[in-house]
This record gives sequence, C-alpha cells and structure tokens, in this order.
Amino acid sequence: MSDKMVQGVVGRIIALVFLWFLPLQVAAQGFAGLGTDAEGFAIPTPEPSFEFPADHGPHPEYRIEWWYLTANLTAEDGTPYGLQWTLFRSALAPEAGEGWTAPQLWMGHAAVTTPDRHHVSERLARGGIGQAGVIAEPFSAWIDDWELQGDWDTLQMTASGADFSYDMALTAQGPLIFHGQDGYSVKSAAGQASYYYSQPFFDIAGTLQLPQGDVAVTGTAWLDREWSSQPLSDDQTGWDWFSLSFDGGHKLMGFRLQQTDGQNYTSATWITPDGRTTAFPDGAFSAEPLITHQTVGGEVPIRWQVRLPAKDVDVTVSAMNPNAWMTTSIPYWEGPVTVIGSHMGMGYLEMTGYE
Amino acid sequence: MTRATLQALLSHWWRNPLQLFTLLAGLALATALWSGVQAVNAEARASYDAAAAALGEGQYDRLLRRDGQPMDQATYITLRRAGWLVSPVVQGRLNDVRIIGIDPLTAPGDIGPVAIGEDADVVGFLTGAGQLFANAETAQRLTGQQVIITPEAAPGTAITDIGVAQRLLGKQGQIDSLIIAPAQPRSQPPLEDIAPQLLRRAAQGGSDIGRLTDSFHLNLTAFGLLSFAVGIFIVHGAIGLAFEQRRPVVRTLRALGLPLRRLIILMGAELVLFALFAGAIGVALGYVIAALLLPDVAATLRGLYGADVSGTLQLRPVWWLSGLSIALGGTALAASGALYRLSKMPLLAAAQPRALAMAAGRNAVIQGAGAAVLLAVAVVLMFTAQGLIGGFSLLAALLIGAALALPLILDRVLAACSGLARSVTAQWFWSDTRQQLPGLSLALMALLLAMAANVGVSTMVSSFRLTFVEFLDQRLSSELYVSTEDATQSQMLTAFAVPRVDAILPIQFADTEIAGQPTEVYGARDHHTYRDNWIFLQNSAAPWDTTFGGQTILINEQLARRGGLGIGDQVQLQDQVFLIAGIYGDYGNPIGQAVISEAQFAGLYPGITAQRFGLRLDPDHVPGFVAALEAEAGIPATQTVDQARIKAISLQVFERTFTVTTALNILTLAVAGFAILMSLLTLATMRVPQLAPAWAMGMTRGQLGKLELLRAVLLAVLTAMVALPLGLALAWALLAVVNVAAFGWELPMYLFPGDYARLGIFALLAAALAALWPAKRLARTPPADLLKVFSNER
Repeated sequence: MSDKMVQGVVGRIIALVFLWFLPLQVAAQGFAGLGTDAEGFAIPTPEPSFEFPADHGPHPEYRIEWWYLTANLTAEDGTPYGLQWTLFRSALAPEAGEGWTAPQLWMGHAAVTTPDRHHVSERLARGGIGQAGVIAEPFSAWIDDWELQGDWDTLQMTASGADFSYDMALTAQGPLIFHGQDGYSVKSAAGQASYYYSQPFFDIAGTLQLPQGDVAVTGTAWLDREWSSQPLSDDQTGWDWFSLSFDGGHKLMGFRLQQTDGQNYTSATWITPDGRTTAFPDGAFSAEPLITHQTVGGEVPIRWQVRLPAKDVDVTVSAMNPNAWMTTSIPYWEGPVTVIGSHMGMGYLEMTGYE
Repeated sequence: MTRATLQALLSHWWRNPLQLFTLLAGLALATALWSGVQAVNAEARASYDAAAAALGEGQYDRLLRRDGQPMDQATYITLRRAGWLVSPVVQGRLNDVRIIGIDPLTAPGDIGPVAIGEDADVVGFLTGAGQLFANAETAQRLTGQQVIITPEAAPGTAITDIGVAQRLLGKQGQIDSLIIAPAQPRSQPPLEDIAPQLLRRAAQGGSDIGRLTDSFHLNLTAFGLLSFAVGIFIVHGAIGLAFEQRRPVVRTLRALGLPLRRLIILMGAELVLFALFAGAIGVALGYVIAALLLPDVAATLRGLYGADVSGTLQLRPVWWLSGLSIALGGTALAASGALYRLSKMPLLAAAQPRALAMAAGRNAVIQGAGAAVLLAVAVVLMFTAQGLIGGFSLLAALLIGAALALPLILDRVLAACSGLARSVTAQWFWSDTRQQLPGLSLALMALLLAMAANVGVSTMVSSFRLTFVEFLDQRLSSELYVSTEDATQSQMLTAFAVPRVDAILPIQFADTEIAGQPTEVYGARDHHTYRDNWIFLQNSAAPWDTTFGGQTILINEQLARRGGLGIGDQVQLQDQVFLIAGIYGDYGNPIGQAVISEAQFAGLYPGITAQRFGLRLDPDHVPGFVAALEAEAGIPATQTVDQARIKAISLQVFERTFTVTTALNILTLAVAGFAILMSLLTLATMRVPQLAPAWAMGMTRGQLGKLELLRAVLLAVLTAMVALPLGLALAWALLAVVNVAAFGWELPMYLFPGDYARLGIFALLAAALAALWPAKRLARTPPADLLKVFSNER
C-alpha cells in the first residue's frame, strides 16, 4: 500500500474543516485564516434576543455551532463516571443546502470516562443527506445512530463506540441560563464573540454499556449551546474551560483563552441554584495550572487553582482520570473533575491547544 | 604501507584488465538483471496498489446489492442511522477513465486520493465544484473537468467526491457499494433486519487484480533471482582466479611484514569498491532493462487481467539501495571462500599457478557430498514442501545441488568417453578435456543455471499460456456476450434473439457459501456448449448429464482445495443436497465457484434474473446481429462483447508476454556465454605448456584450435543434457509447489520439445561463439611461443 495514497483527503479535510472548532497551536496566522474575516457568515451582535424552540436548532448562516453535553455520574457502588455527548456543526458556506453539495458538515464526539479508562468515539457526516443534523421542533440532534432528542424539559440521549455505548434520560431541574450579556459571550479583547447559553440543571439517569458490563448510573448534566462565525482572535492558541457544580447548588462556568503573548483572556458566569446569573469580565476569573501530566496526546495540566474572588471562590480542581485525552481528529482533553477548597463539588474540564 | 600494499594489489588488475572486466561485468550484469526485474515488479505493484487503495479493495468488507445493481442512497442513510459504519462508493467510466466517488468524511482512513496539498481547495472538493484527482496521463482524457494532478494516483483512475461522481456518471441518488469500516459499534442490528437486499462481501486478502498478477510477478521474481545466481557464479569464478593468481604477491607482501589482518581488510576494501562501482553500473543498466521491458509488461498485465499499469518508470531511490546492497552481498558471498582460504594459507606457501585446479580436485569429495545432500533435500521437499518458503527452499536446493554436481557428472562422463576412445588423438582429447574441467567448471555451472532457468521459465510461461487459452475457450465459448440493464431489457433481448440465434445461454449467479467458503453459484442452461468446451481436472461419469438433471454440482479447484471437497462428496445449498460430479480449473479466481442446473438455480434463487447472456450463432453473423440488436431492440453495441475480439486481444497479450520472456532468456544466455569466454581466455595462456607437446608431436595449430572449439561445444552439449531435466524439475516446482502455495491453484505442466531444442541450439551457439576467439588465438599462437615451453619451464 503506497503510504502517500493513504491518510490523504480524509485527514486533511477533517483537519481543515473542523480546525476552527478547537484552536490548535498554529502560528500567529490564526487557524486557516479564520481569525481574519467571516466570508459572508453572520456575526454575533450584542443584545441578542433568542427564540425557542427555534434557537435550539441549527443556524447555518453562522460558521460553527455545537450542542455540547457533559455529565458527572455515579454508579450504585459509588464509582464516579464522566460522560460526553457533542455534536459540532461546521459550515463551508453560509447556507443550509441539500444533497452532497450542502456546505454543512457535522462531527460527533462521545466519551465515557471511568477512574482508569477513557472510551472515545467520533463520527463525521455531510449535511444535506440526512445522515446528521438538528431539528428544533420537535427537538432532535443526531449523527448516525447517536441521538439527543426531546423537548428540553426531558431528553433522551444515545451514543455508541467500538467499546462502549450509553442510553440516558435527562430531566431539567431549572431554567436555561445565558452567558455574558444575555447570551452574547465575548471571547477576546478585540471583541470576538459568540452566542452562548446553557442548561446546567439536568438530572440524568441511564445505563453505560462498557466492556466489563452494564453499569446503571445517575448524576447531573450540563448542556451548552454555542454558535458563532469567528470565536477566537488571531493570537489565541487554545482554551481551558471549566463547568463546576458546587455542593449547595451554585454553579460556575469559567474559561481562560491562552494568547501567544503568554497572557490570558478570561470570562465567567456565576449561577445561583434558582438560575440567576452574574457575568464576570476579563480578569475576574483566574485559573492557574498546578500539576501537569503527560497524556498520549500531549502534556496537560491536570490540577488547577481556580479563583473567582468576587464570589470567594478559591478551589483546587483535579482531573478524575488524568488520561481523558480525546483521540479524535482534532485532539483535546475533556474529562470529569473534582473540586476541593472554599467550595466542594465536581464538574467538567476541557483543555485545548496542548498537543 | 597501506598505500604501497594497495598499489601492489591493484597492479594485478592493471596487468589483467580482462579479469577486472569479467569481475565488474559479471557483477554489473547480475545486478542489472536482478534490479531490472525488481523495478518492473515494483512499478507494476505500485500501480495496482494505487488502484486498490483507491477503492479499499481487499482491505475492507463491502455491502453490495444481491442483484449487483446500484442501491438507493436512502439505504446508506438507513444503515448509518442504525449504527452501521459504512461509507458509500460510486464508480463508473467516463471517457474510458475509471471514476471513483467517495465520501471523505466516512471513508476509512486509508482510502482516497493522494494527499491534498496545503493549497487544495477543500471547500471546492466537498461542495460539488468538481475536483478530480488523477495522474497526468489520465488527466488528459478528462477534458473539461477540473483535474488536480497527483502522480501517485492509480493509472486510468480519477477520484472525486461522491456527489461529483454521481453527477458525472448520471447516478444521482445511487450508490454502488458500501465499504464497511473495520471498527463497528459494540452493538448493531443485523443486516437482514435493516437492508435485506444487501449482501456482505468479505475482504479478499489482496485485491482481485493483485492476486492474479502476483502469479506473474512471482515468476518474474524467480527469474530475476536465477539470473542473479548466474551472475554470482561468474563473479565467484573471477574472484577465485584473481586470488589464486595473486598468491605470489600475497606471499611477498606478507614476507615483507604486512600483517595478515591488514591484508585481508585491504583486499576486502578493494572488493567493496568494485562491488559499489559495478553495482552502480548494474542498477543503471537495470533501469534501462526495466524501461525497455515495462511497456510490454504493462501491456501484458492490462490485457491479461485488466490491470492498469503505468507504462512509464519512476526512478525510485530504494532501487539504488537494494541494487547496491545485492551487489555487495553477492560479492561477499562470492569472495568469502577465497578470503577464508587466504587467511588460512601458510605464510610462505609457494605460488601455484594451477592451484585452482588442484584445489578443485581436493574439494571434489566435499563438493560431491554437498551435492548429494542438497539433491536428497530437494527430493524430500518435492513430496513434503508446504507454503512459499518450502517451495523456494526446494528451488534453492535443486539449483545449488545440481550446480555442485555438474563437474562431477561431467568428469564421470568424460572418463567413460576416454575409456572408449580408440585413437591416440581421441584419448588425448578426452583426457585433456577432463583435465581442463576444473578451470571451466564455474563457467559451466553458470551455463547450467542459465539454461535450466530458461527451460524452467519457458515451460512455465508456455504452460500458463496454453492453460489460459484453453480456459478462454471454455469460458468464452459463446460467439457473443450481451449485458442488459434490467429485467425488461433482458426480456427484450430474449424475444429479439430467440429466432435469430442457435442458443441463448443466460449467465446468472448468486453469492453464497459452500463448505464455509464464499462461493458464486451459477445456473447453467442445458446446452452442448458446456459439454463440448469444459475440461475437468477430475470428474465422475457424464458430469453434465447429471448436473443438468439436477442431482449434481460442479465446483472449481479453489473451492475443492479450500473446502477439502472431492468427487462424490455432498454439498448443501439451502435445503438441497448435491453430489459433486466435477472439479474444473478456474485460473485466477480468488473465490469459490460452482455450477448447477438452470432449473435448480431458479428454485433456489427465485429473485435473481440473468443480466448477462452468451449467444451461440454463426461467427460471421455477429456484426450483423449486433447492428440489428441496436437498431431493432435498442440495445447498444457497447453492451455486447464479441468473443473473437476478446480472444484476439488475449492472444496478442501472450505474444507480448513472450517478448519479455525471450528478452530475458537471451540476456541470461549471453551472460553465461560471456562466462565461458572469460574462462577460456584465462585458461588459454596457462594451457600453452599442455598443448606444446601435442604440437611438437605433429598436430597443427589449426587442428588444435578446432579441437578447442569442439571441446567447448561438447561441454556445452553435456551441460545442456543436465540442464534439461533440471529445468523441467524447476518448472514443476514453480507450477505445482510454488503456485499452489501462493495462489491455491495448480497450473498443469506441458512440455515444449521444440522450445528446448531451440534453447539448446542457442546455448551451443553461445558456447561456440565464446570459444571461437580463444581457439583462433590458439591457432595463431607463434610457434616460437610453443617452442619456448621446452626451453623454459615458465
């Protein structure tokens, strides 16, 4: 087999098309020129007004979009588990289209993290032929046999990989919350922004089918919705994103965007148990790496000191399984974390730009 | 000191430029033949690999519709949504270019065109702009399309996005096959529940094309190896001689205080230098050979197997590496004995001009024992050899054993002749020939190997041709073949043809399993065509009568071998039991095949209708019939295949195969002839003292010269007599052991006495030509030189 033949179009197309989902360590040029302009794509504007259920559906006029669910689970024997279900949309042109020529591409990532294993699966699909997509009403997001569907008060969710699958039911225990200014979330000092809202109040229950057998689990889940055309600026190389649920019901979403000059851009949302939010601008939230760990894909911080002085938060966030590296076409780290310090709890951590 | 030593050593070559030339030429020719054949093989393989990779052929299981028609695109979505990780492929032909449409997002990792460059327009590829990836040659046939030139693309193939392929080929909403990714989700519904119309076809170990052509390549490789062995014999001879002749120099150098270690290192370095130099020439020469042969090989493979092979050669760095390393390895092999002897030689051993001959005499016993052991091993392997390693070990044991045995056999024969001789001259002639044997034996061994290789390869290629032509007769027995697009067109064809042709033979098959082997079962219509043309390897009485009667089944050799089935065994298709009535050769087919009667087939597979038909009619009426078919039934000529045309193409192809074989035959014989020439020239000066007495006793120089020529021809005849059985044994080993091990089918062996006679004559001519010059030189030796022998003991 001629090795030049192989790994041809597939790897490159995936890399080029999905590159801008997750920032890679690309030089100041940005990634594939994406930091520069929006090429006819719509750009998020301040003071958005959302319409539901329509906005649960896709926005093909924006370049990228995702339905991103993470869950902290516990089995009956007390073993903790993490779970991820993500559907990314990436547009090559700002239109929906139909058939093979439709310029909408879809990528699904699913994972189950146990204390010592990390199961990952990835799916890719073209839009326009029915293999993957999202419908707002009745809500359904799918790629192949993976599906997330329901009315957002309750959702059913399935995914499968070569060595795992799961079947979950979700029930919302609180309202949707909006990040930044009513859902307009700024991502850099230069003003890049996205639309960003979440449903962080899901109760989740179901079964994980793992190589060692079926495991019944319960826990909490957090569903993020975000879309934009130009989420990062040229000089941003990666991000660290935290979604933390504290004992007592408060929640914190915070992210840190790494810049080529060694500085960071941070942002955070404080969520009360009844769903009221406080948005914090750059600098209010901080996250400092404490310990790093060599994973199969790169060296990543697996323990962080996370602070939000305005809410007296000063906690140590530690990875439950340091090897939660996503061996997907765009690699990154994503896994459950435990929280100790001024507040106790758990959550999820995503780190990109480390490979 | 090192420098002085080197000068002393190298001075030998200045004084004996012919020996240097022999050494370098032998090594260069050996390397050239080897690397040339390897280059042809590598180029052809790279071509199919590219073609196979384009479709993931052979690596992945696939889903196809049972009736062979394209499936609806909705089936693909249904399967994906049920958790089946499959990837769609559309293919067809456009301007005689194979267009392959893939979906890069779902295709398994190693399918697809050559890496898209950094500047590639990914968006364009995916959104229907119509980019095709093809090599430059193919691109010229795709006018009006946006083609991106990728040299590594398979010849005659263009790869594009599935959406573009559907549009170009007029297959909107259709998919030809689905590639099944190796890793599937841990649970998924069975195929029968979601897409019962689809059939899973298992990956084949290599691509279809690859398997067929592997046979051809294996033959070429074996030939290259044999040619190299011939060359190495020459090199061995030249090195051996040079070392013997340099004994006085070595003695003097060592007596002057040169350490043995340094001497050996210097002589080794000298050889490495020669090997590198000759190897480089050899690789360049091999490139020329390959470039000359490749168009023929490409044409052969394209015609024979439908494999598109690029007719142009790319100079790959790996050839230089492999060519040079084989030259170095060959030299090391040829020189190790000489260097070893040198290291063991007593410091002041006298220079012995005839040491080589005497050493040969001393070694005769060891050599005989070696030959006996190797030939015994060969005999044992003939009955027990399994697999490729066994097959090649058999070849090696046979060849080396025979080569070692040759001088002993010739010695015995000459001794016997000497006993029979009456006249003094004849007695002297035989004894003198016998005495000369050790000096010539290496050259004769080379001739033996060259001839045996030629006999073996000719037999193999000719047997292959004969078998294949018979097979074509059997399989292409109808005068015209017509494919239809659907059942309606099949009915139209039948209605149109019935009054106009002698018989319509539908070709219909179903994929199933027999004895655990994937098998295509054909339903054959009762007609004398089958009885007349099919040749069985084994059969019971009246196999066609019982098969058309519905009681029996006929299977191919592959199925018989892999399923362990024989005549009279029972096999089951669904609930029907059949007895095996015949086993037929089915050359090149990677999977099992079976034939049952049309009625039984219709009962077992009611859903399948024939879409290919063989029509029997007067060959002269074929053109008229094809024209009428298009005019009256609307079935275009492109859907018909004229059997006579196929056969003519096939035969043409075989002619080309012969061009390749003949070219290689002539090259190896030339190498062997060259070896004889060099040996005789080297011996000539040494032999003056032995000839002088004969001259002094009244034989003219002319007579002596004629006897020299006669001697060379005689030795060649004797060698040829040994070479013939050896060559046949070689052919048998290739056909019956190596081929079965490699491909699962045995090629019947045919004998071609005419070819062998011609080869024998070529060999004699080569020997005579080689001896002509030395004989002439002898005939013109100044009498003063001959007289000198008596005044000076040299």
